[in-house]
Amino acid sequence: MQSNLISEDKQKNKLEKTFEILKTMASKPSGLIGLTIVLFHVVLALISPYIAPYDYKAISPNTMLLAPSAEHWFGTDSLGRDVFTRTILGGRTALTVTFFGSLIALLWGGLLGIFCGLVGGKIDDVVMRVVDAFLSIPWILAMLLIVSLLGTSTEVLIPALGFFYGKGIVRVARAATHDVIAKDFIVSARARGHSNMSIIWNEIIPNVRDAILVEGAMRWSWMLLGFSSLSFLGFGVSPPTPDWGLMISNARGLMSFAYWSVIAPIVGLSSLIIGINLTADAFAKALGIDRSTKAPV
Amino acid sequence: MIEIIESVKNLSIGFNSQKGKQISILRNVSTNIKKGETVGIVGESGSGKSTLALAMMGYIKQGLFPLKGECLFKSEDLLKMSSRQLEKIRGRKIAMIPQNAGQALTPNLKIGYQIDEALRLHTDLSKTERDKKISELLNKVRLPSPETMAFRYPHELSGGQQQRVAVAMALAGKPDLLLLDEPTTGLDVTTQAHVLELLRFIAKDTGTSMIYVSHDLGAIAQVSDRIVVMYAGEIVLEGPARKILKEPIHPYTYGLLKSIPKLSLAGLPASMPGSQPQPGSINQGCSFYDRCNLATDHCKKNSPDLEHIKELDTNVRCFNHKELISQNINLKTSIKKKSNNSEAIEVLKLKDVSISYAKQKFFDQLLNKISDQNPTVKDINIDIKKGETIALVGESGSGKSTILKSIAGLLKTKDGQIKFENDRILSSDLKMRNPNDLRAIQLIFQNPDESLNPNHTVEQILSQPLKLYFNLSGEELKKNIIDLLKKVRLGEFYMSRYPRQLSGGEKQRVAVARAFAAKPDIILCDEVTSALDVSVQAAVLNLLQQLKEDLGTTYVFVSHDLAVVRAISDRVAVLYQGRLCEIGPSQNVYKFPSHPYTEVLLGAVLEPDPDIKPKLVAEDIVEENPPEKGCSFQGRCPRKIGDICNLEVPPWQIGENGNAIRCHINIDELASLQQ
Repeated sequence: MQSNLISEDKQKNKLEKTFEILKTMASKPSGLIGLTIVLFHVVLALISPYIAPYDYKAISPNTMLLAPSAEHWFGTDSLGRDVFTRTILGGRTALTVTFFGSLIALLWGGLLGIFCGLVGGKIDDVVMRVVDAFLSIPWILAMLLIVSLLGTSTEVLIPALGFFYGKGIVRVARAATHDVIAKDFIVSARARGHSNMSIIWNEIIPNVRDAILVEGAMRWSWMLLGFSSLSFLGFGVSPPTPDWGLMISNARGLMSFAYWSVIAPIVGLSSLIIGINLTADAFAKALGIDRSTKAPV
Repeated sequence: MIEIIESVKNLSIGFNSQKGKQISILRNVSTNIKKGETVGIVGESGSGKSTLALAMMGYIKQGLFPLKGECLFKSEDLLKMSSRQLEKIRGRKIAMIPQNAGQALTPNLKIGYQIDEALRLHTDLSKTERDKKISELLNKVRLPSPETMAFRYPHELSGGQQQRVAVAMALAGKPDLLLLDEPTTGLDVTTQAHVLELLRFIAKDTGTSMIYVSHDLGAIAQVSDRIVVMYAGEIVLEGPARKILKEPIHPYTYGLLKSIPKLSLAGLPASMPGSQPQPGSINQGCSFYDRCNLATDHCKKNSPDLEHIKELDTNVRCFNHKELISQNINLKTSIKKKSNNSEAIEVLKLKDVSISYAKQKFFDQLLNKISDQNPTVKDINIDIKKGETIALVGESGSGKSTILKSIAGLLKTKDGQIKFENDRILSSDLKMRNPNDLRAIQLIFQNPDESLNPNHTVEQILSQPLKLYFNLSGEELKKNIIDLLKKVRLGEFYMSRYPRQLSGGEKQRVAVARAFAAKPDIILCDEVTSALDVSVQAAVLNLLQQLKEDLGTTYVFVSHDLAVVRAISDRVAVLYQGRLCEIGPSQNVYKFPSHPYTEVLLGAVLEPDPDIKPKLVAEDIVEENPPEKGCSFQGRCPRKIGDICNLEVPPWQIGENGNAIRCHINIDELASLQQ
């Protein structure tokens, strides 16, 4: 029965397959919402410099803390800057830093996890204990240390975040590798005498790729939250660059009478995180890694 | 008039495909189960036999739904009942015995408690009555010392004992109908024979009707009164067991029976061409048309109805069954003679090989002391000649796959040597072997679903060894792949397929092609046909034999199935608990005198013939570790002669037929005992 379902779909090239996965993702409401939100944020981040109505760093004492109006859609902040402009620009840095950060996390975490899963034994033991040790360090303290030593430039933030968020991926990649490592096709490759590198590349990666990608997508949303927390504490990007975490931090004291300046960045940040989470879930389902499978009876 | 317990009427079950097409996997099935009758439902995987059996207890798998028809249990339609109503019937009226009792029993509850649970649910007995009933039930399924047995956990029982507990649980509610879904498939041959014997006894004793679902005609032949043969979702043949097995008047059943290797016949069985059609792919005509050699144009356009043949009391779905009858059904012809082209040169020698799974303790490692005195596999001496097929036979735990793995270099040997070509010692570490030795020894695995990377196309799978050993690329690589596919009788268009798009037999062919891609001298076959359907098994065996004759390869063939081994091997080595019991030319090992263990194994083989009953001798005992002293078979041996068996390792004796037997009993005496 199953093979029949599959034989219906014909041979497809990679592009068609990607399209097929996107289509499956969009076929459920949650996936469609997630994809739309993520797409909206990405497009906004790309075009925001051209559509921003005001200069994001123009300070004006005349327009301090204005309520939302036709001129200033989301009102103005305590320095008289337009909140709408700063909100649509605020996602740019966060998206760039976390996107590349996630890539780094995926690469080192995924490869190290696969390697540990494959070789096992003492190397695996040592590496995993080191990873565990790092997991026990509160990441925000470690990040604060790194940032205060090396500065808050994106060149520092991307690898640092990538490093800290890759630890969890090591575990996932290792577990996924363990699932396939005992399968006969890997035993067969070993018996033929393939090198470890060749086994990782040809036999393991195609089978664990999906699980790691889904995990990477989840990490992306957590990293976004982490990055914003850093900015909130004043260790992310430096003013006057617009950033959601920084905006929330600055406007927080005035929340009781100028709620608008804090609501806009909060909506921006949380919608993006929810969007990424929904997308990752739909992605997992489309790839057949459903984490909410019920018992058959 | 015999009461009818359950009757299935015109039942069709299907699912909606991704394109919204309705595809049926059961088509117009009608049958009746009479009181006290055992009905065997037999068919290959995908024939719909399990779907039918599950529908008979009102269960339909997720994604499937009934299209039409009904399942009447005592004139009530199970398929229309609510789950509340079904709850009252399941367990009490219809009980099921699952395939794998080890997984069906809850691991952390004592089995007495689990049976008690079933009793509480299905009967109104008081606590003391239930306790009495539990030991009664355990007694009935012939478990030793029922009182202590009730306080054991499932993992403390052997596979056969677990299956007995499952039978006891099913009997707890005193059901009218017992449903058995491949209840002996995962068990060893001897255990399987014991469980079948028990089932036959229970059917007779309690008068319960049984539905026995299996792919194994041998097992079906032992228990069934009536047999239903399924093919592509239809009943193709139905009638009394004896008639079906002796005079199969449907060409599919005929071919199926002929493709089963039999103990009494050496040589390879005839194989049926092709494979079962996918559900939904038949629009008109007979579903067996493609594989039938009696087929005419009439069969292509018209689908036959189930026709009742009065003199045989049989229903058959075939236009040409008369022709088959007139052809003089003879299940014993068409055995292919195989040529033996083994040469005198020895290509692989196992000398005193011992393998241990136990890890050396750290302290012993420091002192360089060998800690495990009782390794899993011990003292294996086998010389393998070039071009021969040597089979390693034994039940699970006999160490046959372990030996295979150490020849392949996947497991380190503890002691002894593996010598390859001209007495060159092969390192037991894979990394220390030179690439040419790695190429010369290839492995084929049991389950092609696991041995082929699901994310690679057939082309990628076959190019792995070609690239690794011969550095081929581009056009030359492609040409070689096409050649390989041709060798295993697959077309060029298979190159772009993924394993999931192939049938079981096709997958195993790809695995065979991958092994032959390395141009190996020796191929190690690990239960290569046990995951395949019977008709496909015969085709794969024939293919292996053909390739061997063409290319002069040597096979080391591991199997638990003595009939398959009989069909393909030149020489057989019988193993028990990692020790050799008997070794010799295959026609002689199957003749007496033989080692008591071989005798037990041969006695337990199930043949698809109601007249050949298995001879049960050995007790069904759990033996986890080989004994430290004496003969490995001492614990179960029906011919044990005394302390000498417990204390001394038996000597090798050569029988008059040329097979070597390791037993304390004098070989002439053994021969007269086994007459």
